[in-house]
Amino acid sequence: MSTTNPLLDVSGLTKHFPIKGGFPIKRTVGAVQAVDGLDFQVAEGESLGLVGESGCGKSTTGRLITRLMEPTGGTISYRGQNITHASRRQLAPIRSEIQMIFQDPYASLNPRQTVGKIIAGPMEINDINPAGGREARVRELLEIVGLNPEHFNRFPHEFSGGQRQRIGVARALALNPKLIVADEPVSALDVSIQAQVVNLLQEVQKELGIAFVFIAHDLAIVRHFSQRVAVMYLGKIVEIADRDDLYGNPRHPYTRALLSAVPEATVDENATARERIRLTGDVPSPINPPSGCRFRTRCWKATEKCATEAPPLVQISGNKPGHLTACHYPETADVIPAQRLSQDPESAA
Amino acid sequence: MTPPTPSPAAPLEVTDESVEKSITSPDSKGSESRSPGRLAWRRFKRDRTGVISACIVIFFFVIAIAAPLIAKLYGKNPYTTYASARPELLDDFSYPAGANGGMSSEFWFGIEPQLGRDVFTFLLYGIRTSLGIALAATILTCVAGIIIGVTAGYLGGRTDYFVSRIIDIVLSFPSTLFFIAFMPVVYGLFVAPDDNVPTWLIAVSLIVVLSAFGWASIARLLRGQVLGLREREFVEAAKVTGASPMRIVFKELLPNLWTPIIIQATLMLPAYVTAEAGLAFLGVGITDPTPDWGVMIGRGAQFYSQDFTFMLFPGLSMVIFVLAFNLLGDSVRDALDPKSKR
Ligand SMILES: Nc1ncnc2c1ncn2[C@@H]1O[C@H](COP(=O)(O)OP(=O)(O)OP(=O)(O)O)[C@@H](O)[C@H]1O
Ligand code: SF4
Ligand SMILES: [Mg+2]
Repeated sequence: MSTTNPLLDVSGLTKHFPIKGGFPIKRTVGAVQAVDGLDFQVAEGESLGLVGESGCGKSTTGRLITRLMEPTGGTISYRGQNITHASRRQLAPIRSEIQMIFQDPYASLNPRQTVGKIIAGPMEINDINPAGGREARVRELLEIVGLNPEHFNRFPHEFSGGQRQRIGVARALALNPKLIVADEPVSALDVSIQAQVVNLLQEVQKELGIAFVFIAHDLAIVRHFSQRVAVMYLGKIVEIADRDDLYGNPRHPYTRALLSAVPEATVDENATARERIRLTGDVPSPINPPSGCRFRTRCWKATEKCATEAPPLVQISGNKPGHLTACHYPETADVIPAQRLSQDPESAA
Repeated sequence: MTPPTPSPAAPLEVTDESVEKSITSPDSKGSESRSPGRLAWRRFKRDRTGVISACIVIFFFVIAIAAPLIAKLYGKNPYTTYASARPELLDDFSYPAGANGGMSSEFWFGIEPQLGRDVFTFLLYGIRTSLGIALAATILTCVAGIIIGVTAGYLGGRTDYFVSRIIDIVLSFPSTLFFIAFMPVVYGLFVAPDDNVPTWLIAVSLIVVLSAFGWASIARLLRGQVLGLREREFVEAAKVTGASPMRIVFKELLPNLWTPIIIQATLMLPAYVTAEAGLAFLGVGITDPTPDWGVMIGRGAQFYSQDFTFMLFPGLSMVIFVLAFNLLGDSVRDALDPKSKR
């Protein structure tokens, strides 16, 4: 994957939510370290999957990239332009290029606006007048996402969850974005509908060449969608690699544990050969994360070193370039025969 | 005879599903769009009590607006003391000479004791004054409450903290007591103690003072609503596309706040009608020569043991109006917010 001229370049991205407390005068008594030093790039047209358990800071990362939140540290560059602390006005020119799809299709559409208004809203705000008028564009977008274009004057409550999420996709596409952050776009939907929406997003990504940051809480969905996958744990990336490397040669214990939780049918056959790993215990609180390696409280390989020394995210021996792992004692390389790596993962869909 | 064994739950489920479908499936009914407003309107129309109350309330507003016209057709006004030109209208004790408070084809609702004014037009104009003041106070209260509440909720932080404390203070005032004590002070600010207070000044002061104490409750309610709404993803969706705070407040938030605003306003208006009448009755509101619901009830209270009719008309009409408006408020709430079953 080209990291030479990335569309999005994130380095050292940090978000700490202050915790206020104390009486009678409120002051900051601590911080939720929701995101703590992320480094990754997204190339043009590329889809990066961001995976981790609940509460590990995925949504926060998405909101930082789209600048719904102000980072407490690090930098975000879009096409070489530093947007880390850009104001609303400074962001205006690139607002149309970075869009977002939200998790909850019920909360993400204004119940008092018609679908047409919802989808035309972004064009109105950015003063974009497509040839043929906004209404024609709305119809076109509805058609692209597989909805009846005649339904533009209906209200969100008249649609099902899957249809609503399609409306959300149409809104994100309205401005011809270059990058879409999709925050668990299907996890609120029925399993039967999830595949349809993922397929829609996949088509959109391929046909319109839009780069994606696709957030999910398990590795199964991301597998069909993302060329590159980053695994997050407690605000840090623990492993990032090309899809085939990550699924075929997971080096971090946490990645391995997540992979073993993926239903067998969606992983290739030799997954049965893999031992099933059960993660015990809960994710520790991001207010007071474990010292050293944050995964050590649940890691079956943890040693003294893990408690004192935070493992850097580096390319460890046996990894391909671009495959970075943050672990002192990585899993052995190449458990999966090489010929399986080239297998088309979409056949599993 | 044994009833036929009910078949397993299947048919029931099927009907359930078809009902569910007709609600959610967009293909069920042509291309007619069912906006939340239109759905509420449909629910409202099915509510008998609500429709009847609405008719009564509308009737009151119509006669209030049309009072001068009605008075003209009727040929009298509320100011003339008809008894001074025609002393035979009142008896020796200055009570209406005719039966039932002097009701006749000429004076439909009778005539006033002592001064001999026409009750019908006095009541019409009284309703006009009272509703006008109550309506203006309601509008001013809502506007102030919306601006303050939405701003506090949307900005949050220090502004919100500051505004919330002011709301607490305002709500903790014993407002009725305060009106009685404070209204003369307000008049005193503008008029020398011995002069007559002009009616417009009284009306404006009433509107401002009622609103000054009324905005806090609606502001608090809306602040809470906005605090909830601004975290909703559709607000973030608007922000991602670059929407300005103005646009978010007016286009995204406000349309979702009309329900509580309308509900609050329908509860507020009848409360203001009674408050205004109460102040007039206590002598700190509109005063006598100006026709007013409260003034009339105050006058009626002086004579009710001898001439009950004079008390009856303003009293009964106000009870009907306030009752109808409160029932209307309940129906509006049920229609707009079907989940809030009392
Ligand atoms: N506005 C906020 N203020 C304080 N803490 C926050 C805020 N938003 C998120 N957090 C905390 O930051 C951490 C990460 O939250 P985030 O929503 O990013 O997790 P997530 O990975 O998206 O989880 P999920 O899968 O449940 O959506 C959580 O511990 C959460 O409690
Ligand atoms: S660094 Fe240590 S604790 Fe962390 S994942 Fe590796 S082995 Fe486990
Ligand atoms: Mg999330």
